[in-house]
Amino acid sequence: MENNLIHIKNIHLAFGGTQALLNVSLEIKEKEILAIIGPNGAGKTSLLNCISGFYRPYKGEIIYQNMDLTKVAPHKIAKLGIARTFQNIELYTGLNTLDNLMAARHIHMKRGAFWDGIYFGPRRREDIKHRKFVEEVIDLLELEPVRKKIVGSLPYGQRKRVDLARALCMNPKILLLDEPMAGMNVEEKEDMARFILDIFELREIAVVLVEHNMDVVMDISDRIAVLDFGTKIAEGSPDDIKGDPKVIRAYLGAGQS
Amino acid sequence: MINGNFKTNYEDEIKIFQTTFVKFWLVILFVGLIIFPLVADRYFIYLCNLCGIAIIGALGLNILTGYTGQISLGHAGFLAIGGYTSAILSTKLGIPFWLAMPLSGIMAAMAGMIVAIPSLRLKGLYIAITTFAFGFIVDHLIIHWESMTNGPSGITAPRPSLGVFVFDSDKSYYFIIIVMVILATGFARNLFRSRVGRALIAIRDRDIAAEIIGINLTKYKIQAFSISSFYAGIAGSLMAHYFDVITFENFTLMLSIQYLAMIIVGGVGSILGSIYGAIFITLLPELIRLLTDLFRQEYPSLTTRFADLKSVTFGLIIIIFLIFGPKGLYGVWRDIKVYWKNWPFTY
Ligand SMILES: Nc1ncnc2c1ncn2[C@@H]1O[C@H](COP(=O)(O)OP(=O)(O)OP(=O)(O)O)[C@@H](O)[C@H]1O
Ligand SMILES: [Mg+2]
Repeated sequence: MENNLIHIKNIHLAFGGTQALLNVSLEIKEKEILAIIGPNGAGKTSLLNCISGFYRPYKGEIIYQNMDLTKVAPHKIAKLGIARTFQNIELYTGLNTLDNLMAARHIHMKRGAFWDGIYFGPRRREDIKHRKFVEEVIDLLELEPVRKKIVGSLPYGQRKRVDLARALCMNPKILLLDEPMAGMNVEEKEDMARFILDIFELREIAVVLVEHNMDVVMDISDRIAVLDFGTKIAEGSPDDIKGDPKVIRAYLGAGQS
Repeated sequence: MINGNFKTNYEDEIKIFQTTFVKFWLVILFVGLIIFPLVADRYFIYLCNLCGIAIIGALGLNILTGYTGQISLGHAGFLAIGGYTSAILSTKLGIPFWLAMPLSGIMAAMAGMIVAIPSLRLKGLYIAITTFAFGFIVDHLIIHWESMTNGPSGITAPRPSLGVFVFDSDKSYYFIIIVMVILATGFARNLFRSRVGRALIAIRDRDIAAEIIGINLTKYKIQAFSISSFYAGIAGSLMAHYFDVITFENFTLMLSIQYLAMIIVGGVGSILGSIYGAIFITLLPELIRLLTDLFRQEYPSLTTRFADLKSVTFGLIIIIFLIFGPKGLYGVWRDIKVYWKNWPFTY
């Protein structure tokens, strides 16, 4: 129990008549890749949104560092070391890759607008320091060619990668990835899986991976939780999950309908 | 640690003026700016001063509207607060211009924070309406708070002085304005290549994704309003000490719209665009005046219609610029930004 980072306790979330999450409990542990799978509309994104503070469960708690995240503002949750990517890529489209990533160093920089305006001196030194961090992430995710490109103009696969890079630049303790491989071709998917593993090994952080691609999930995750219609129907090692009749039924059911 | 080569690269990369070519032109520009008042006609210096004031104001509006995405229809209100603060401080309390000007910026910035509060929960058009209302409230205050503002008859602020030297000519005032324009441009330029500037752009582009990297939307929207209004306050102060008299008529809705026109025409979310737009819109009435003078013989009625012509042309120009951005305001945003992006700061 000591290596628990986040403890999600019996959360309930609803949108009007739709019950998006129903009594979901889950633990996110240190240094693990936890996959969350489930059919479309199962509530995976909603669960991530609860952790990052965008959605507020009407019941239950999400305990992290002795705080209940369901009562903390999203920007403060970011400061606590929780970073994420989005299913539908949400980047600062008017900025280039580099500035998107430099923006993600926000919480680690100190000085305010006045020092920005002066720039020379402390701000410049700080910028150079953080730029070094950002360049390392650019190297890691092989983004050199698009460093200076406006992200709005990048192809989909690369925007996905910038989204991941941005989360990494926050130097988080927990990384939430919402379908990082969706819509990619095979090669891009392989790259992305490799990146996730590289990140995991290098940073030794907790990674929560929402993903539909079963091969990848079975390959790289330590633990898997399965959601269906807002409830957690199974949790365990990839092998446990593979053979779980409830999981098979949920997927077959979704396939048939 | 840092690889030496990489470090030099980066330090080179973040220089504002990158190539010797750019540096060369900047030196030419600078020399030109100094020589200009010595050789130019008084009227041109006057126009140049108006452009300078407009540039500061337009930079301010672009910080809020162009870079942070909060459309303001009340920019004139902040200029008015700046202008009147400066005029009142210097006439009623005898505070020198050099102190009154920054104080008027601060006063406008505080007003900006207050206006920001109702805008925090609002988006787009609703912010436009809030700021629009603010502009009217300021006008109303100026007219009715007679003990402070002299009501409709306006207020005359003294020209700045340093020791025995009084900046009473257009030429001497020009140098004050140029220094302020350079400071204002430099500050804005630096702002948007570092932390807070990036945060503001992040809010404009995707506010959800801005929160996710730890940007406090409330805090930075308030900052955007206050920095923007600070600029407007400085511009207003420069107007007050330059014009023979300022009245509420200097700060009507028309002025707010002119400022919007400047940044739309020049480039939304662009420092250089603010400058081009400010110059263009400031000189436009003069251009129209020139043209009406030219055709006076054939069409004598034109001269009397000058005011109408001016408003119609403004309207037309805004519409033309809006239409040519196929994705509406946001499209013009991006397109113009790309266009105006490079000169003379290759970044
Ligand atoms: N903002 C919202 N407003 C209304 N309903 C929502 C909202 N967000 C999610 N829902 C609903 O909650 C349920 C769970 O959605 P969610 O996006 O979490 O599913 P998901 O598991 O991420 O699905 P997918 O695999 O398609 O991404 C769905 O029924 C969805 O329609
Ligand atoms: Mg989803």
